[in-house]
Amino acid sequence: MAVVASETPFHVLAVDDSLPDRKLIERLLKTSSFQVTTVDSGSKALQFLGIHDDDASTVSVHAHQLDVAVNLIITDYCMPGMTGYDLLKKIKESSSLRDIPVVIMSSENIPSRINRCLEEGADEFFLKPVRLSDMSKLKPHILKSRCREHYQQEQQHQQSDSNSNDCSSPTNKSSSSDSSRKRKAEDNEEILPQKNRPRHS
Amino acid sequence: MSAANQLAALIANMFATGLLDDQFQQLQMLQDPSAPNFVSEVVTLFCQDGERIIGELAKQLDKPSVDFDRVDAFVHQLKGSSASVGALKVKNTCIQFCELCQQKSKDGCLKTLETVRINFYELRGKFQTMLQLERQVNGFPPNN
Repeated sequence: MAVVASETPFHVLAVDDSLPDRKLIERLLKTSSFQVTTVDSGSKALQFLGIHDDDASTVSVHAHQLDVAVNLIITDYCMPGMTGYDLLKKIKESSSLRDIPVVIMSSENIPSRINRCLEEGADEFFLKPVRLSDMSKLKPHILKSRCREHYQQEQQHQQSDSNSNDCSSPTNKSSSSDSSRKRKAEDNEEILPQKNRPRHS
Repeated sequence: MSAANQLAALIANMFATGLLDDQFQQLQMLQDPSAPNFVSEVVTLFCQDGERIIGELAKQLDKPSVDFDRVDAFVHQLKGSSASVGALKVKNTCIQFCELCQQKSKDGCLKTLETVRINFYELRGKFQTMLQLERQVNGFPPNN
């Protein structure tokens, strides 16, 4: 898999209504070199992601307008009000957020629940309590979705612009600030070189 | 016996008597110089959260007409957080409690709440001693 040169750690949004659990997931993520934001409900997660509960399926804030991009969302399943499953659905209904990988956590090992989540588009299901060894499963999902995103952008640019001045060059590297994640569609700092087609496992 | 030895003996005892399981070791592994108070922070949050939940359970079970779904939801919360900190005995009592909620047995629930309360406070007492000893090991005088 081609490597995206980046000095900015990946940013994970963790959603859990339990305070001790939030503390634990935050520590697990930070130990694994992720930047972390924790919220205690699905609705706060949606607020953070910049979409409103009621109009997720219509015009939603474009991900590029987020103050800080989110590379992965990890959420508890059982939460009062909006469950993790409800949150997953809202994310997948949003054109700007649907490509962000989502991981569901649950203390209950219920196959029908797990399947339901995976069918709705969750990338992974963790049984709680989550362990350090689970953290290594997160980065592949982030990299897969970024490869997909860059590949799609590459296709769009090839189609829209025959001028090759915005094609990738091997010396491209992203800046170390968050502005690299706030790129507009025309900005190609992180596009992968053409010869390194992403391999999907 | 030095504070460090007392601390090690206390923790070993908590494992041996089934108060803690290996999830607690996971917490210990996550503590390092960049997060030197991680275990005490999680343990403290668990104790505060547990006390809150037990209070809610008592309130719910005191009602003339008990909403067993609400009771179950609270027990589920405590079960989850005990699992996360490695509080094995409390977690197992919560599992029993869930079953009694399913059976909608008010008597059964009240009895199990008592057991949860006893087990939780037993654990909390030992956690408090653990945190005291840890402070001493880190060079702070014992305080309440």
